[in-house]
Amino acid sequence: MAKPNKALIKLPAYQEERIGTQIAEGETIRAARPHVLTDVVTNYCPGCTHGIVNRLVAECIDELGIEGKTVGIAPVGCSVMMYDFFNCDMIEAAHGRAPAVATGVKRVHPENVVFAYQGDGDLASIGTAETVHAATRGEKITVIFINNAIYGMTGGQMAPTSLPNQVTQTSPYGRDVSKVGYPVRISELLATLDGVAYVERVTCDSRQHIMQAKKAIKKAFQNQIDGIGYSLVEVVATCPTNWGMTPLDAFQWLRDNMLPYYPLGVYKDVVADGFATAADAALERAKDCPIAQQKKED
Amino acid sequence: MKGNEVLAEAAMRAGCRFFFGYPITPQTELAAYMAKKLPTIGGTFLQAESEIAAINMVYGAAAAGARVMTSSSSPGVSLKGEGVSYMAGADCPGVIVNVQRGGPGLGGIQPSQSDYFQATRALGHGDFYMPVFAPSTVQEMADLIYDAFDLADEYRTPTMILADGMIGQMMEPVLLPPERDLSTLPAKPWATSGSRMERKHNVINSLYLSPNKLEDTNYERFERYEQIKEKHQRQELMSCDDAQIVVVAFGAASRIARTAVRDARKKGIKAGLLRPITLWPFPTKAIDELCDGGASSFLSVELNMGQMVQDVRLAVNGRASVDFYGRTGGVLPTPEEVLQAIEKVAAGEPVVQSAEPGAVGSLLPHPKHRKSSYERGE
Ligand SMILES: Cc1ncc(C[n+]2csc(CCOP(=O)(O)OP(=O)(O)O)c2C)c(N)n1
Ligand code: SF4
Ligand SMILES: [Mg+2]
Repeated sequence: MAKPNKALIKLPAYQEERIGTQIAEGETIRAARPHVLTDVVTNYCPGCTHGIVNRLVAECIDELGIEGKTVGIAPVGCSVMMYDFFNCDMIEAAHGRAPAVATGVKRVHPENVVFAYQGDGDLASIGTAETVHAATRGEKITVIFINNAIYGMTGGQMAPTSLPNQVTQTSPYGRDVSKVGYPVRISELLATLDGVAYVERVTCDSRQHIMQAKKAIKKAFQNQIDGIGYSLVEVVATCPTNWGMTPLDAFQWLRDNMLPYYPLGVYKDVVADGFATAADAALERAKDCPIAQQKKED
Repeated sequence: MKGNEVLAEAAMRAGCRFFFGYPITPQTELAAYMAKKLPTIGGTFLQAESEIAAINMVYGAAAAGARVMTSSSSPGVSLKGEGVSYMAGADCPGVIVNVQRGGPGLGGIQPSQSDYFQATRALGHGDFYMPVFAPSTVQEMADLIYDAFDLADEYRTPTMILADGMIGQMMEPVLLPPERDLSTLPAKPWATSGSRMERKHNVINSLYLSPNKLEDTNYERFERYEQIKEKHQRQELMSCDDAQIVVVAFGAASRIARTAVRDARKKGIKAGLLRPITLWPFPTKAIDELCDGGASSFLSVELNMGQMVQDVRLAVNGRASVDFYGRTGGVLPTPEEVLQAIEKVAAGEPVVQSAEPGAVGSLLPHPKHRKSSYERGE
């Protein structure tokens, strides 16, 4: 097999140290695991998008050079063991409580970078209150939200984000919206809140979309470093195992059904709107409210 | 200062700089005091969206290495159960204050001790305990919360102050503990405060999918519990040297019991008072000594339908008789009622002997007693 030509591969800067190192006669490292990822086998099913997004988060942490000051909060869901996969400090939260735990850490160490990684059951059902309030408080944290429209870990029950008529273990006749209501569109919901600096919905079904997802995740971290406000990236994801599909069919189902219901795009970006921070944008929005305009003396 | 304010002031003096809570009566003054003062000394007061969020913020702050606390009252403490269990499971220190009110459900807002089981039998799911301190004076509100922080850090465990509405609202003179020099607080090399690339990453976690590993961590934690039981049982004894009848009471109930025991002595009854200061660990060694010293009867007096009496029975283990007298729902017994109960014990008559309204210790108090001490104008 022909060895890849290093000159043809655009390597991320963070890997440069290791890349190109000769490890044996005729063998050279061309790509490496991000430093912040540990050398363990994950518990994710083959073809699961959790693995892709874990990797993207790790690449962003590496590229921003923040591993030493990053504290990650793992959820309860298929990514519950994330504390084993990451080399930065990690805390395992109770189901849905990651934003509250992240708040506690960030308030103690504002100079740290704190991220929560949560599934849809975790973030949009049991932890809705914690999510909405961390967002509206404008906690300077980064949230990565994996919306796979199902409760993966517990074996495929209906999630708050399961689509109308989607068959799951607990909606065996299809989600009947007349009885159990409608899916929650988290990005749209959170974009209305003043504490939020940035919300974008991305997916990872193609190389192009994966690159866009990485850009969004990196921005969500950069916003925190710059003190701009709460940032959340919703990743429309798949669960091939509980959807009962091959990974490729799952991506097709995602494109056919998930993306029309959960359109990709930026739902809020205060910087793009011309503000320095979420707080500035909030002040402008409340410009006719005298009490909201009162200046705080520090 | 009110008892609740003293708790807040002493906590800050103990080095607590982070408070997360949700409003509820009768702990209100504590949070209000924190809200006012904490920001002026470089601390953080945050009103959370719920007690569930508050305790999980405490968990996060504790994991990050801070001295941190929360306070609530009975219904709110139920919601904290989840977070306290995770704190215990992940060995995170922090202080939880419960200024108890009557229950169950929304209950009332008058003083009560109805959360004794909840506090001492593990607040939340799983196999764990936490040290519980029961102040009976405003001075003890100050002293015990100081100790609660130190014990929490030393043994990496949540600890609780189990107060009640009476001591929380009461004003008494108090000598505040010294300001803790923050640089003397114990180091927490296990904290998830960022590795700074100088050490292996820290993990705060309570998940162990391997049963053997989980058993090992529980065994290790229970070894710490054994040390706490060995070294940190605390109680006050009054007139116990020659006591034949020992009244056991904590917190607000102990103040009433104290008067009743004095009155019993005046009547020639050899009564004494054992006041547990730690409810967990329960002062079993003191009970051993009292049994060895000739106490033949114990009378547990509580502001509930009989909870601590179970621990008294376990500790006495058949060596003496054990009786109970209590009032519930926020009603405080009078010293006379307690004295009557002591006299029953002295006469060898069972205290809880019938459902006849008005019988001492009867589950149905006499209508005249159904008014609270406040309503009776006492
Ligand atoms: C309080 C509580 N309730 C329920 C559970 C069980 N549980 C574990 S994971 C999970 C759902 C996770 O689904 P999601 O957040 O969508 O994550 P995914 O596995 O799909 O990534 C549930 C309900 C739990 N661990 N704790
Ligand atoms: S169950 Fe679904 S979400 Fe969980 S790891 Fe497997 S494919 Fe991924
Ligand atoms: Mg899910």
